[in-house]
Amino acid sequence: MLAPVRRRLSPAPRERHDGFMTEHVVQVTDLHKRYGDFTAVDGVSFEIARGETLALLGPNGAGKSTTIEILEGYRDRTAGEVSVLGSDPGHPTLAWKARLGIVLQSSGETGTATVREQLTHFAGLYPNPRDVDELIAAVGLEAKARTQIRRLSGGQQRRVDVALGIVGRPDLLFLDEPTTGFDPEARRQFWELIRSLQDEGTTILLTTHYLDEAAQLASRVAVVAGGRLVEYGAIDAIGGEAARVPIVRWGENGERKEVRTSEPATHVARLVAANDGLEPEAVEIVRPSLEDIYLELVERVAAERAAAEGDPSGADAATASAPLAASSPKVTTENEGVPA
Amino acid sequence: MSAAANPVSSPPIAPKSFVLGNPVGRAVRLGMSRTGYEVRSYFRQGDSVFFTFLFPVLMLTIFSVAFSNQSFGQDAAGHPLSATRYYLPAMLAAGVLLSGLQNLATDIAGERSDGTLKRLAGTPLPVMSYFIGKIGQVFVTGLLQAALILLVAALAFRVPLPTDAGHWLAFTWIFLFGVATSAILGVALSALPRSGRSATAVIVPIVLVLQFISGVYISFSSLPDWLQNVASVFPLKWLAQGMRYAFLPDSYSVLEPGASWHVGGVAIALAIWLVVGLVVTRVTFRWIRKDG
Repeated sequence: MLAPVRRRLSPAPRERHDGFMTEHVVQVTDLHKRYGDFTAVDGVSFEIARGETLALLGPNGAGKSTTIEILEGYRDRTAGEVSVLGSDPGHPTLAWKARLGIVLQSSGETGTATVREQLTHFAGLYPNPRDVDELIAAVGLEAKARTQIRRLSGGQQRRVDVALGIVGRPDLLFLDEPTTGFDPEARRQFWELIRSLQDEGTTILLTTHYLDEAAQLASRVAVVAGGRLVEYGAIDAIGGEAARVPIVRWGENGERKEVRTSEPATHVARLVAANDGLEPEAVEIVRPSLEDIYLELVERVAAERAAAEGDPSGADAATASAPLAASSPKVTTENEGVPA
Repeated sequence: MSAAANPVSSPPIAPKSFVLGNPVGRAVRLGMSRTGYEVRSYFRQGDSVFFTFLFPVLMLTIFSVAFSNQSFGQDAAGHPLSATRYYLPAMLAAGVLLSGLQNLATDIAGERSDGTLKRLAGTPLPVMSYFIGKIGQVFVTGLLQAALILLVAALAFRVPLPTDAGHWLAFTWIFLFGVATSAILGVALSALPRSGRSATAVIVPIVLVLQFISGVYISFSSLPDWLQNVASVFPLKWLAQGMRYAFLPDSYSVLEPGASWHVGGVAIALAIWLVVGLVVTRVTFRWIRKDG
């Protein structure tokens, strides 16, 4: 396979252009989107600083794609203020579009163009495109450059989508579930590619269902559920301190036990002492991953929404996140109750 | 490959410019680029090559063989008209309708539902360049199609073609005008199907009915008056009539309504439908259904 260095794109000289007073490339304030009676986005606010990568997380139907499509100029908003690259995406211009890169959710390609033809054609639409051969190498499709896109595998078509999203050297890149259909190796290569874009200063808004991907690429996360922002902050701070308290698991008389404690080693020492100095069965100390924290968060929100009576969207959210919640760790805690 | 092996060696890139240049020049330049792209993708689609490009030639061949013993009258010199010569103008008109209206209406409806339009909407491609690409594709493929029909008629079936400049000139403007109108109507009709899957089912019957009532498959003079009047509202009847003027002996004008070719009527009908197509396109065309 290809060495990681080959996926790095050569850096583009960055030009800090005028007419660009705000340091926030994206600014969203109290965004609402309603379809008839259904509220898809219900008062979301966040911003993305220049060069930053923000991950927008949330269960299916939470309003992620609606939000991102409003920012891309595809949908009109019902209410709220939105600024993208200093402009209102409700009135997109060609010059504004030239500065965006959009990787939509995968749609299934029927294109008869080859990979190189497609990238060359799209490169021609932008004022300052990337070198097509370099880009083909960066997404690992050298061997498929002359293959028609409809004859590629799903994961390979997705790489073409990503290449089309970055061919115009965007200032702001939207990645909507970009690695769907990638094998683990392709995903790591993709991460490497995104890091090289970050090194160039590209601002990125990422949605993904892979929490490890968000942790790898983003510095901050915004979690939406039921159309609302339920958590927003640095990736190593979301969920609050309590959600990060380690879990100690062990076996006792054939039964699994769990305790959440900020002093796991001390707890293990106590277990050893209580066991007459003998090793307890199958001890583990686990620090909750971003995924654990996220699932707990979404489960809690769904439960709260379901509890709020006469709120159909809350009931929807509860149904949508039920399978996720089932895999969430069920723990007792020494620190009392669920994290606040 | 070389660029990949040498990631640092790629040439320095010009400073980024956010001025896209003269909008009209850019729209035309990208439209030309789209035309090349569209023509290539047209010929790589097996079904479009068969059902729009080769179909009129196929029908001409079938009619020539099937009706080889039937009489289609005679020209001024007393030579009997062959079935091929009789059907040649009809198949040229059908080709224009298929390459323009049927092809674009189904093609654009498909691009709307498979995400192609959504993707293009996210790029700095002007809508006008997209249209130039589509209409350019219709011109290129329509021209090749007409050339093929004429070649097959002349070489395989020995149809005598006009020898004077006047009839060729008439063919040229009727063809170009017809292609433009047919293409614009195709863009306008692409808004009708709700999905790419249903596009063929919605568009093909319209095209088929038009051909049957407009004198393409059935001699126009044999249709009842009321049906002739209905067909006269639509552009295909006039397109077929113009093609008959270009390729049939002048004496055949007696078979036309009012015993005249009404070439002026051809121009007026095509112009009206061109404007109708432009207005409908202007009102209905969207890159994507915003809240669909």
